[in-house]
Amino acid sequence: MDVVWFVVLSTLIFAIGAAGVMTRRSPLVILLCTELMLNACSLALLAFARMHGSGDGQIFALIVMVVAACEVVIGLGLIVAIYRKRMAIDVDKLSELRG
Amino acid sequence: MSPADYGWLVLGFPLLGTLVLAFGWRWLPGRSAGWIGSASILASFISALGALQQLQERPEEERHIESSLFDYADTVGVSVELGILVDPLSVLMMLVVSGVSFLIHLYSVAYMAGDRGYARFFAYLNYFVFSMLLLVLAGNFVLLTVGWAFVGAASYLLISFWYRRETATQAGIKAFVMNVIGDVGLVVGAFLLFDGTEALDYAGVFEGAHLMKDGQLTAACICLLVGAFAKSAQIPLHTWLPDAMEGPTPVSALIHAATMVTAGVYLIARTHPLFELAPTAADVAAIIGTLTLVVAASIALVVTDLKRVIAYSTMSQIGYMVLGVSAFAYGAGLFHLMTHAFFKALLFMGAGSVIAAMGGIQSLDRMGGFRRAMPFTFVTFTIGALALAGFPLLSGFFSKDEIIALTLNRGGFYAVLGVIAYVAALITAFYAFRMVFRVFFGEPVEEARELEQGHLAHHDPANPMTGEHEDPDVGFPGPEHHIAEREWPMKAAMAPLALLSIVGGVVGIPGVTDTLEHFLEPAFEGSDHLGAHPSESDEQLGLAIGAVISLTGIAIAWALYLVRPTTTLRLRDYQLRAVHDFLAHKWYFDELYDIGIVRPAAACGRFGRTVIESVLVQDVIVGGSTAVVRAGSSLARGLQTGYLRSYAALLVTGLAGLALYFLITSS
Repeated sequence: MDVVWFVVLSTLIFAIGAAGVMTRRSPLVILLCTELMLNACSLALLAFARMHGSGDGQIFALIVMVVAACEVVIGLGLIVAIYRKRMAIDVDKLSELRG
Repeated sequence: MSPADYGWLVLGFPLLGTLVLAFGWRWLPGRSAGWIGSASILASFISALGALQQLQERPEEERHIESSLFDYADTVGVSVELGILVDPLSVLMMLVVSGVSFLIHLYSVAYMAGDRGYARFFAYLNYFVFSMLLLVLAGNFVLLTVGWAFVGAASYLLISFWYRRETATQAGIKAFVMNVIGDVGLVVGAFLLFDGTEALDYAGVFEGAHLMKDGQLTAACICLLVGAFAKSAQIPLHTWLPDAMEGPTPVSALIHAATMVTAGVYLIARTHPLFELAPTAADVAAIIGTLTLVVAASIALVVTDLKRVIAYSTMSQIGYMVLGVSAFAYGAGLFHLMTHAFFKALLFMGAGSVIAAMGGIQSLDRMGGFRRAMPFTFVTFTIGALALAGFPLLSGFFSKDEIIALTLNRGGFYAVLGVIAYVAALITAFYAFRMVFRVFFGEPVEEARELEQGHLAHHDPANPMTGEHEDPDVGFPGPEHHIAEREWPMKAAMAPLALLSIVGGVVGIPGVTDTLEHFLEPAFEGSDHLGAHPSESDEQLGLAIGAVISLTGIAIAWALYLVRPTTTLRLRDYQLRAVHDFLAHKWYFDELYDIGIVRPAAACGRFGRTVIESVLVQDVIVGGSTAVVRAGSSLARGLQTGYLRSYAALLVTGLAGLALYFLITSS
């Protein structure tokens, strides 16, 4: 199979993720969309690794998974903390950092 | 012990006294602070006597001892030691300063007893004596400047001693500013001398002065004179002295009559080799001295405040001294310095006693008839006034006539100055007895009658200048008054001074004793004018003229104030009204300075504040730069919306933009 299809699929998934981050207001969904973007990257990495026939890309993909796991831990932790404070789970309402 | 060791002791005791009083005032009950202060000055006086005795044991050519504690600074070309110089001149000054200071301390023990700032007063007073002794003992120009500035500070502290009285604090500031002008003059003069001679100690400067350019030496001497004039209240830097009478009366006696104001005379005498090399500067000093002595004497004729009359008299007498030392009659000038210290301190003490009896009132117009109520004060004050007037055979008679005789002997325009000095002597005799007759003779005022009954007058405490009401708490004069008649320390201080005012002249009867002049000779051995003396017949003629003038002045005062008391009022209000107003405004010096210096300076200050400071600095420089920063930051703040999604959109847009850019450029 041509590597182009893998890249097209990866781009699509990335675009869906990015659009989700920009349009959704629930932090949980935003987190999921971030995961989508990360996984799209992993897919592209694996496709290129196979094209070149080397293992480097696969190792990168593994590292991306570790980063994603860490990010989920922090993101979910934040969401739980916000929830415990009985604040709205809505990123538009959490805008105290406005200059 | 060498004389220098005694010199260090002379300095050490007042310093110790200052420290003890300044740090121990909390634990000093009653009058003990006063006694400690007096004891330290007495110890200093005894040490000065020791120095005198040691000095007299040496042969004449060895009476010039320098001693140094340590090197103050020793670098390339500059060598300054913390050193003192003991020679006949400094020993004479030491004796006069510590002796008169001790008596005034003793007087203050009783006089200030009712004041809440008792220990503070004696701490200041001891500090002043230390500074003054440092000034006269200094062995180089650096230490001289230190002492010079210290006495200015002590004078400021003591004039403003009643710090809640606004007139007193203003007078203190005025005196300090004038004195600082003098300090600057002295320092600049020392710089010029150092530039020309590369030395700062007296001996080195005097040796190198021969090689200096005439113009530079004269400029240096004029700068020294600025210092001397400011300290000694000579025209045009004299306006602070009458205002300095706001301080307590013992302060007026000590600082503003007997010691500090004579520092200028001491400076001219100490640096006499320079003035002999720069006769122009000496001429300037002689002319200014004469001008001051006649102007001050004329003002003393019309002033009605008792203390201010004596203050103007002080200015006038220092004018005589400055004239004397500038006419190279050093012995005579310093002789007058000594006798003046005696009788002027005595006059101030008497005035203090009278003011206390008046319950704080100082105006001559309110006084009268105290002769029977205060016999002791009357006798001592009259002795002081006689000595001031130059009454034959009293101390002031010999010293003043010595100055005038030697001035006339110089010839040239000095003869004119001598004649003017004779005229001023007539005025002096008149105003001296104007005080005596108005205070002690005539109809007794209410306070005097009360005192004869045994009651000391107590008025509501008020500022004698403005009449403002005051409370007798700390920062204002105390509630009690003390008069010489009832306090033995005051009497014990006034009696020796009265005695000295009478017999002080014996050390300098021309042609008979001349003790003082011989004593001082080693200090002035390099002078070309040491042997210049009028002939004996001239001196006797001078003494005779002086006696006649003095008696005439007293007689005129007697005729005007006792025989026909209304004459002076008529003269004041009708015939001589313009003259009186002119003199009562003190020759308009204060007004002149107000228009010429104070107001332009204030206008400059206002311009600086309203235009330069508030418009240029605050609005343009400071305000402009903050406005730029503010505008920039509000732009940057606009980007920070706080919305997570807009940040994400910006991020994606930016990345997409970048990617697009690279795509376009790479293809």
